[in-house]
Amino acid sequence: MPGPMKMRATLGQGFTDVRVLMTHPMETGQRKDSDGKLVPLHFIQNLTVKVNGKPVVEAQISQAVSRNPVFSFRLKGGAKGDKIEVSWLDNQGETNSTEAAVA
Amino acid sequence: MNRIRRAIAIALAIGIVKPLAALAAWNKEAFGAKTAGDALKSLGIGNAAPSKDLAIDAPEIAENGAVVPIEISSAIPGTTALIVVADNNPFPLIARFDFKEGALPFVKVNVKMGETSDVRVLAEAGGKHYVATKEVKVTIGGCGG
Repeated sequence: MPGPMKMRATLGQGFTDVRVLMTHPMETGQRKDSDGKLVPLHFIQNLTVKVNGKPVVEAQISQAVSRNPVFSFRLKGGAKGDKIEVSWLDNQGETNSTEAAVA
Repeated sequence: MNRIRRAIAIALAIGIVKPLAALAAWNKEAFGAKTAGDALKSLGIGNAAPSKDLAIDAPEIAENGAVVPIEISSAIPGTTALIVVADNNPFPLIARFDFKEGALPFVKVNVKMGETSDVRVLAEAGGKHYVATKEVKVTIGGCGG
């Protein structure tokens, strides 16, 4: 069950700043649990940022991104009320997305 | 006969088009590569020219390898992708960001580093590749447990 996401999009000087937090263990497949068993690989692979329904950033990431990833992106220009959507897909097929309006 | 052919065509479309789409979405070969050179080769990157217009903001000494903040940006006109590689990580390729019209080539994210390593950022602009390097010293690794 994917955990919650949080996002904030604010207008900067000539750009829009998008900060998004994802709740995800980002397991590397090399960590051992308390019983000494390897915790299987579990990490986000794909990330998409959309503005008003149009994709602007497509990312492919590895298990080397830290747990509960926080990403900052910058978008050209932008206006108050623009709809930003961020979605992710992990290696076990789980997915989640969140939406926010530029403030 | 026609119906059978169509059924086969649909089955093929479902069976073959889907894995291909998945392949394009996440480059398994590049992310599974154990050396930075192999990873870059899988991404189709050969020679990259060093560039001062590529900025890497990362700590010189990272106390905790599990959370190393890096900020990357490119001032190279027409930058369409940024790639992050930590040479000494077990799987060096960390991320590839593709920027479309409307996005600036800028990303800030926390990454894991197993040990002290060069962090390389590559940019793709107009079919050419550019690179910038910064060494990050890691005192406690962040890949195991």
